[in-house]
Amino acid sequence: MRDIRKLMAGAVMALVLGTGALAADQARAETVLRRGNGPDAETLDIHKSTGMPDAYIQMDLYEGLLTPGPDATPQPGVAESWTVSGDDLVYTFTLRDDAKWSDGTPVTAEDFVHSWRRLVDPATAADYARFLWPVANAEAITKGEKPPETLGVRAVDARTLEVTLRAPTPYFLAAQMHPSTYPISKAAHEKFGADHVKPGNLVSNGAYMLAEHVPQSHVKLVKNPHYHGAADVAVDTVFFHATEDIDAEFKRFRAGELDTTYEMPPQQIAWAEENMPDAFRNAPYFGTYVYAFNLNNEPWKSNPELRKALSLAIDRDLLVEKITQGGELPAYGWIPQGTNHYESQSLDYAGMTQDERDQLARELMAEAGYGPDNPLQVEYLSNAGERHRKIAIAIATMWKQKLGVDVDLRTEEWKVFLDTRDKNAYKDLARFGWIGDYNDANSFLDLFRSDIGVQNPADFEDAEYDALLKRAGVEDDLDKRALLMQEAERRLLEAHAIIPIHHYTRPHMAAPHVKGWIGNIMNYHLTRYVSIGE
Amino acid sequence: MLTYAVRRLFGAVPTLFVIVTLAFFMMRLAPGGPFDGERMVPAEIEANLLRAYELDRPLLAQYAAYLGGVLTGDLGPSFKYKDFSVGELIRNGLPVSLRIGGIAIVGAALAGATLGSIAALRRNTVLDRALMTGAIAGVAVPTFVVAPFLSLVFGVYLAWLPVAGWGDGQWRHLVLPVVALALPQVAYVARLTRAGLIEILRSDFIRTARAKGLPERAVLFRHALRGALLPVVSYLGPATAGILTGSVVIEQIFGLPGIGRHFVQGALNRDYTLVMGVVVFYGALIILFNLVVDLLYGALDPRVRYD
Repeated sequence: MRDIRKLMAGAVMALVLGTGALAADQARAETVLRRGNGPDAETLDIHKSTGMPDAYIQMDLYEGLLTPGPDATPQPGVAESWTVSGDDLVYTFTLRDDAKWSDGTPVTAEDFVHSWRRLVDPATAADYARFLWPVANAEAITKGEKPPETLGVRAVDARTLEVTLRAPTPYFLAAQMHPSTYPISKAAHEKFGADHVKPGNLVSNGAYMLAEHVPQSHVKLVKNPHYHGAADVAVDTVFFHATEDIDAEFKRFRAGELDTTYEMPPQQIAWAEENMPDAFRNAPYFGTYVYAFNLNNEPWKSNPELRKALSLAIDRDLLVEKITQGGELPAYGWIPQGTNHYESQSLDYAGMTQDERDQLARELMAEAGYGPDNPLQVEYLSNAGERHRKIAIAIATMWKQKLGVDVDLRTEEWKVFLDTRDKNAYKDLARFGWIGDYNDANSFLDLFRSDIGVQNPADFEDAEYDALLKRAGVEDDLDKRALLMQEAERRLLEAHAIIPIHHYTRPHMAAPHVKGWIGNIMNYHLTRYVSIGE
Repeated sequence: MLTYAVRRLFGAVPTLFVIVTLAFFMMRLAPGGPFDGERMVPAEIEANLLRAYELDRPLLAQYAAYLGGVLTGDLGPSFKYKDFSVGELIRNGLPVSLRIGGIAIVGAALAGATLGSIAALRRNTVLDRALMTGAIAGVAVPTFVVAPFLSLVFGVYLAWLPVAGWGDGQWRHLVLPVVALALPQVAYVARLTRAGLIEILRSDFIRTARAKGLPERAVLFRHALRGALLPVVSYLGPATAGILTGSVVIEQIFGLPGIGRHFVQGALNRDYTLVMGVVVFYGALIILFNLVVDLLYGALDPRVRYD
């Protein structure tokens, strides 16, 4: 009797273990990518997003007329081809006939018309409405002067979309890679309204569709069987984990809980390069880190040579090698290298050695009347952050040692800092960083137009600069346009309204088994190009 | 007792009103707004945003509208997490925070009372001193030091437990956050229990119980502990508050989708409605727990009666 019981218990055990093993096999068959995605996504609504964490998810969920390739260059997406009229004002896109929503219905030109009208509609209150302002009437619609129906976009038939611009816009095609210009399903949006982004309601046309959205935890996407390129999509399920604590994110990566990270703690970069070289990834990023002068205040307002002196005395090579240590490039210009159809400009002194620069800086300081008995007092403002503080201390030391400048370092919490800087209420200098939205010089140069408002951190005003950008805005010859913009950048640099410090890089981790994770200047990583190896 | 409870609940209304009012105006006093970022939006678009979230109305009108919403249970939309209302965010986060906090507080009470009793019974021995030194350390070392340390040791080096994340709420994801959250409370409860028990064991009714010839076990469990735990029970109210505020740090470090994390992120993002929603909710919760503790006290202590 006892033996039989033993036997039965054994059989049950075997059964349990067997099914367990079976389940494990099935789990292995599913390819999963677990991405650290930085701060929690604000929204999956492409028209209401503002940040990169949202954009990464939306790039997997949706596909625009154009789509980023593995190296972030524009590739045909929903549009299989397009023509441009002779005056560069009318774009006619032909949509692919196998473009489908995740519910199996076709993606039509009408979906684009609906989405774009919603983006510029003031009722939507979209941050990124200005992305479509190059389209005829778009700006007037956002400002409430015209109804959304007047937008210069038309569905000629289900597969033909005609867009009329207000002026030639060379970056218009590249802007189609940005999530704000993607389509949403007109049918789903009309049915669910603002709730169209909830799991169960959300219909997408990209490589993935929404499975779960748990705030402050994760967004889970699964492969979209109706996607036209579904056969080439290797990853079945992708998790975007909210990881705003970068130290915790890095630990989760080390423990194998994440396959890729959003960023990494600056103090761990050297360690990771040394100890995890196969996983450490870094590439130049489309952004620049600068110090801006408050040009409303003296002595800066009337003293460009003094501004130049401070700029000269910063040893940028030393700064990126010893302080930031993330492979950043020393910056002598505003627009990063690698910008499409553009040659980045440099400060006139970029060719000098640091010793020559320091010598010139001392002379300029003396001419401006500052010296050991009359030291220059500078107040520098930045937001709280270890990295910003280290850079500021290094620069303050350089200024102190070389020029005898006394620097008062002030730190404010992020939103307080933004408020102070936007009101130009800082005294002398403030930190400023900028990442371009689309790969075009315009996304950098625009900021220093005198009519741009609070976004211009230095309150730089130059009529000639504005005029050059205006001319570039209507120039349809790309080479001539580049020359105009290059001249504008030179004017900005020669005015020394800003001190370029470094161009950004994007150090992060991607496990060696993550294949197809290719570094690029926009730092786009679409999951559909990724596969999981051994 | 029922009349007492009802009277206390009514008394909580003005308290909550003050909390809501303070939270509302203090949030608005903080510089910067929910839609500020490195990338500024053109003035017209900002105006559209303010209109969409009714932030263009006079402050007092906004306040009145918010109060009206709170009365009907509507805490408004989140300015930052635009796919969710504040009510939805709190509903989503509550089970996580409750589970972590509940286990932590029950665990802290049990472990603290046990350790405290052991220390009291072995008074002035090496064991007692070791336990009390540990307790002081537990109270003194802040959670934001203990938590990353635990996750580094048990998550990264030993790889026994997940470093962070909620998973589907499996126990493996709960262990480290609960331990980190409970540690200071364990320490505090242990000290309270020890002090209480030592005092009780010296009192007359214990001497009487012993004189009756009761076995030591009965003296301890039937008579002494009941009295010794009174300070512990009265501490549970503040402990709940401590667990709630502690969870703000813990949820951040362990990446848990609870209410505390919303509170921190909400404050940093100037997500006015989310912060106010969490404050109102926490306020109500703490008032409720204090009431429960007072009622429990009455049940335990024969000297306390509510009429």
